[in-house]
Amino acid sequence: MVCVCLRREDAETAWNELDTGITETPKMIGIEADGRAIEAKAGETILTALRREGIHVPTLCHMEGLEPSGACRLCVVEIEGAGGMVPACSYPVADGMKLKTCSTRVLEARKTIVELLLSNHPDDCLYCVRSGKCDLQNLAVDLGVRQRRYQQPRAIRQEMDVSSPSIVRDPSKCILCGRCVRVCEEVQSVSAIDFVGRGSRAQIGPAFGGGLNLSSCINCGQCIVVCPTGALAEKSNVQDVLAALADPEKTVVVQHAPAVSVSLAEEAGLKPGSDIDGRMVAALRRVGFDWVFDTSFTADLTIMEEGSELVERVKTGGVLPMLTSCSPGWIKFVESFYPDFMPNVSTCKSPQQMMGALIKSFFAEREKLDPKNIVSVSIMPCTAKKFECSRPEMSNNYTPDVDYVLTTRELGQLIRMFGLDLSGLEPEAADSPFGERSSAGKIFGASGGVMEAAVRSAHFLLTGKELEELRIQPLRGLNGVKELRANIGGVEIGAAVVSGLGNARNLLDQVRAGRDDLHFIEVMTCPGGCIAGGGQPIGADSDAARLRMKSLYNIDQEAQLRVSHKNPWVIRLYEEYLGKPLGEKSHKLLHTKYCERDVPV
Amino acid sequence: MSENAKKVGAILDKYSHAGRDALIPILQEIQEALGFLSKDAIAQTGKRLGLPASKIYGVATFYNQFRFQPKGRHHITICRGTACHVKGSDKVLDSACSTLKLQPGQTSRDRMFSLETVACMGACGLAPVITINEEFNAKVNPRKIVRLAQDCKEHSTEEKK
Repeated sequence: MVCVCLRREDAETAWNELDTGITETPKMIGIEADGRAIEAKAGETILTALRREGIHVPTLCHMEGLEPSGACRLCVVEIEGAGGMVPACSYPVADGMKLKTCSTRVLEARKTIVELLLSNHPDDCLYCVRSGKCDLQNLAVDLGVRQRRYQQPRAIRQEMDVSSPSIVRDPSKCILCGRCVRVCEEVQSVSAIDFVGRGSRAQIGPAFGGGLNLSSCINCGQCIVVCPTGALAEKSNVQDVLAALADPEKTVVVQHAPAVSVSLAEEAGLKPGSDIDGRMVAALRRVGFDWVFDTSFTADLTIMEEGSELVERVKTGGVLPMLTSCSPGWIKFVESFYPDFMPNVSTCKSPQQMMGALIKSFFAEREKLDPKNIVSVSIMPCTAKKFECSRPEMSNNYTPDVDYVLTTRELGQLIRMFGLDLSGLEPEAADSPFGERSSAGKIFGASGGVMEAAVRSAHFLLTGKELEELRIQPLRGLNGVKELRANIGGVEIGAAVVSGLGNARNLLDQVRAGRDDLHFIEVMTCPGGCIAGGGQPIGADSDAARLRMKSLYNIDQEAQLRVSHKNPWVIRLYEEYLGKPLGEKSHKLLHTKYCERDVPV
Repeated sequence: MSENAKKVGAILDKYSHAGRDALIPILQEIQEALGFLSKDAIAQTGKRLGLPASKIYGVATFYNQFRFQPKGRHHITICRGTACHVKGSDKVLDSACSTLKLQPGQTSRDRMFSLETVACMGACGLAPVITINEEFNAKVNPRKIVRLAQDCKEHSTEEKK
């Protein structure tokens, strides 16, 4: 019997409550926008009030959920009676305020701001990775900028930073809005980059002017997602994959992560949150991949290994709380910022790397292929996975377990390059032996999913019975911190789920300070989990993230196989190859170790 | 613990109750003691104040006064104030950069020269003015820079003998 007690944080996680999130009714005041009377909440900013009314005010530096910085001034509006214009993003509403949001003066000012931003911006939209999805480009089009009015000589030579395995920085395209700096500091608490220099020489960069690879950057890619221009992008592996696909000697195997099938639709212009798993598999085959596997299969395997590890730690008095190890940005975070917690991190490889290791061992043996002739590609919602697959621990005899990682965005590009229409393809199923998954492995893509899958299987492992209600509501939703106390077969378990490394840092500090009621902590690097990963489609807001998450839970609701330990192919894999969880072969293929990193923190 | 780390530690101890608002005076004292801000010193300061290295580097690069490489044996500062600019200090700077193969803020590999620009030395009557190890040189021109650099080199070789 599971007894679930809700904590304070849990109360807000139910789906229907997620959208409101308001506990007390604020005082309403009346304001006027462009001659129309609207209502606003006392204390909120002009921008919030206008957006609720469907009045679009452009912004470049504004970030949902963070304090306004008012840096870009694009959101200026006029207040009748006041002299100048004010930035809507940071100016509070006042009773009786009369606003002009698109007067000639306002529109001229916005256009001039964009023209000034363009004055030292390279004219290479045709070659830019962000073309078509660039906020600056869109603003220039919308505001009618059709010629270069200002020309500024470049103050200093700005070299591209290609040192990182995950992220490419092009400072010449940077407009210094500061969104990357803020997400890195305020959401992820990493602070790998900051403003460097002053005035016309100001740039964004890591400490000591080196490359990102020498910095404390954890490769999460959240900076890419918030960047309004092409100054930040993932390091593309599309050409490498195309070369592999064209090589007749190579067998090209692909795996796709749980969160990709619910976000790829946006790359094809379909509605956020549409699950196109089968059509994506069909597209991957059309592109030319010889085998298509589902990373959710090794997510199931992770539950078997990690669950067994947890039980062993609890039984033998091992290091607790145990921390999950699926998210490679988080792993580098621990290695750089909290090396004293390395023994707490599960030794399990991430599902991607488990799959990679199995492809080049079990699968290669079964298909009588030389691992050197297998090119293992994975489609991930993540840029840190590119870094993870290049880690020396993640290879065998100098052959990497996963050769190339493509983000959801890169897969979108590949599909468009091949002229495939995702909405028109017939759905296909992934290949065996790693194509069958439980929906517990699928919900790994949302923050809380690993924990939910683990609790389902732990309940069975400890009591021999399945949970009556598999849906564990307190672990669901977009909250950054979720906690669960459960009594499973007489064992009291304290579990926490955090996403966004700022939240992880707070929790680790609590544990360091002596908090000891937790046994198992799931950490996802990106806020909300992989559904909002750094490799996901550009231009998604929290609504899109919510829809992607909802889609994963719908898949779970409708699935037949909802627990990892019942996955027949996982059972067969243990019978035919691995032996038992934490066995010798598992240890060699599915577990890893971590190393402290000497980076400026 | 290295000699420098001890020096930085002593400075940080003086500010043991201070918060992040004490960052700039701390950096100034460290530069006074070490001649520059080393990576280790920045890391040490960051640990004490709870500030990331990137933030400290960002603050320090905002000001011209901080340098991140040790000074050379001959530390040359070139005035870029208004009067000196009018009198052609931009060409003096260009000449210094090409003669020494250095950019402002850098130190040559052999630690012989380091170069820096300053806003105004308050010696506008001598424009364009430069200092070499805090010794003023008045009314310099691009050619004079080449000669002064040569003198410095010869001086150092003699010292060695």
